Amino acid sequence: MAFLLEMWEFLKVRKKFWLLPIMLVLLVFGGLIVAVQGTAVAPFIYTIF
Amino acid sequence: MRVLGVSAFYHDSAAALIEDGRIVAAAQEERFSRKKHDASFPEHAILYCLEEANTDLAGVDYVAFYDKPFLKFERLLETYLAFAPRGFKSFSMAMPVWIKEKLFQKDLLRKRFKSFDDGFDWQNKLLFSEHHMSHAASAFFPSPYDEAVVLTMDGVGEWATTSVAIGRGNTLEVEKEIHFPHSLGLLYSAFTYYAGFKVNSGEYKVMGLAPYGEPKYADVIKDTLVDIKDDGSFRLDQSYFNYCTGLTMTNDRFSDLFGEPVRAPEDLLTPFHMDIAASVQAVVEEIVLKLTRSLRAEYDLPNLCLAGGVALNCVANGKVHRDGAFENIWIQPAAGDAGGALGAALGAYHIHQRQPRATANGMDHMSGGYLGPCFEQADIEERLTAAGATFHVMDDDALIDRTASALADDQAVGWMAGRMEFGPRALGGRSILGNPASPAMQKTLNLKVKYRESFRPFAPAILREDMADWFDHDADTPYMLIVADVKEERRRRMSASEAALFGIDKLNVVRSEIPAVTHVDYSARLQSVHRETNPRFHALLSAFKAKTGCPVLVNTSFNIRGEPIVCTPEDAFRCFMGTELDLLVVGNCLLRKDEQSVDLKVDYSDSFELD
Repeated sequence: MAFLLEMWEFLKVRKKFWLLPIMLVLLVFGGLIVAVQGTAVAPFIYTIF
Repeated sequence: MRVLGVSAFYHDSAAALIEDGRIVAAAQEERFSRKKHDASFPEHAILYCLEEANTDLAGVDYVAFYDKPFLKFERLLETYLAFAPRGFKSFSMAMPVWIKEKLFQKDLLRKRFKSFDDGFDWQNKLLFSEHHMSHAASAFFPSPYDEAVVLTMDGVGEWATTSVAIGRGNTLEVEKEIHFPHSLGLLYSAFTYYAGFKVNSGEYKVMGLAPYGEPKYADVIKDTLVDIKDDGSFRLDQSYFNYCTGLTMTNDRFSDLFGEPVRAPEDLLTPFHMDIAASVQAVVEEIVLKLTRSLRAEYDLPNLCLAGGVALNCVANGKVHRDGAFENIWIQPAAGDAGGALGAALGAYHIHQRQPRATANGMDHMSGGYLGPCFEQADIEERLTAAGATFHVMDDDALIDRTASALADDQAVGWMAGRMEFGPRALGGRSILGNPASPAMQKTLNLKVKYRESFRPFAPAILREDMADWFDHDADTPYMLIVADVKEERRRRMSASEAALFGIDKLNVVRSEIPAVTHVDYSARLQSVHRETNPRFHALLSAFKAKTGCPVLVNTSFNIRGEPIVCTPEDAFRCFMGTELDLLVVGNCLLRKDEQSVDLKVDYSDSFELD
């Protein structure tokens, strides 16, 4: 819950409310990926971190 | 007031502790964990910093983390959206990592710090700094200037890849930024990848390889890949790069542009790769020079501070210095992400807490970069005995005289003295030393001690007072971050046949009185050694000069290829027994290879992933 509040604060400060639906979808979608995969292994992608 | 700075979770995790504005300790996690570029939470480095300050987490007023994960996530999402539907594969691999771990870094930090101290008041004590602000703070606050232009350049932080800030007293204001995906660091990394080296560690190799080639492709790069404006700002044509959407740095279009495929690691280096290295180096130098000239004109301040990974490009730094746009330049020795830990702590102290900054008195506040662990003599003897070493305990004078004699006899010496350095360079605290006048020394050290590519140059450490006699440079460069030429009168004239040699063949030509540290273009990456910051190393160089007339030593990091620089006496002894080093000095203990038990010899060159 604290995380969601912080994320909301972040969106407010950055004035990027348009990211909210994307983030919500991602959280659901990502949650599914994580649930199916079991583990998330960091791939070598230079700029994702 | 104590502030602990932390960088972690990307590469080069580190911790730094400041006390009332004074830097008490700073160290990289890799030195303790023995994993090169270790990105994990820097538990060992934090414990060391707390121990050095004789305190625990409860005695720390603030903990500052070096970047902002939410901002990075925002950049990531917007990048994927901008390029969609390209990049789905990268997206589907990146998102689970972020959703499972990286988005929750604050929570992770809270848990880790609570494991140190259950009462840790994370809600009030845990602070976050922007990545480039951390770099800028690490460059300005420890510098010897009251006022300076601060230029940071790296791969990417949150959004910024290049930033300009103005530092005055205890303030630091960001003036402007260049944002991802336009990045000088990523441009260099793209060519590092294309030349077959590892991104994030092989950039030094590209810089070392550049003098063997000609910048034949510089115009192609400028005409096609990067649009450079007069003020040094730039844009990269993303249709040639793959780092926004793919799992590689460059794409097929990039390879087609130069007519060769990406070189596989450990494949033969050809003149083409040397020309590619020379070309990207020339372009980066042009951009950096345009940036610094325009900044001088715009802000009219005489002092420049540099940080960020690109500031480790000491060839470009040398050009900036010689260009003279700024009268004074100071570069943070831990210019990469490890230095972000220090910058985050200093930023929290001076900017967030508005604490005053000590007036500069001509010296910087880095204590020569010697900010890591030190071992007492009794502890060293105990540790070496436990490791099975045979050693002689000598007083300072005898030890320095004996070591200088061994160096004059062309022996390769492991030298561990005092506190460990903070930053990627060994500066006489954890160094391998050799005689620079020996024509065979570069090859010997590369192939028999460091086990690395023979083309890679070595750097000279020189008494500060003798520098102008040997190099075209007469300013302090204690952190080995400036390249300058060997003086004309110290060079050796090449024969016609030698001058006609190309590429790696140039390596074996004796080019000066100090061939082991003279690169093929007569340049050298200088370290000025000062009595004030490292009296012991200064004494050794003085003794070597008394014996040979030469105030210069080869100084390379005390490790083998792929291994983090040694930290403890045990690390030093293991490296000594695993290489063809002739002599090891740890504190006041002297170890000869021929006196060690052959049973203790180890071949551990396979223990580390090649860099």
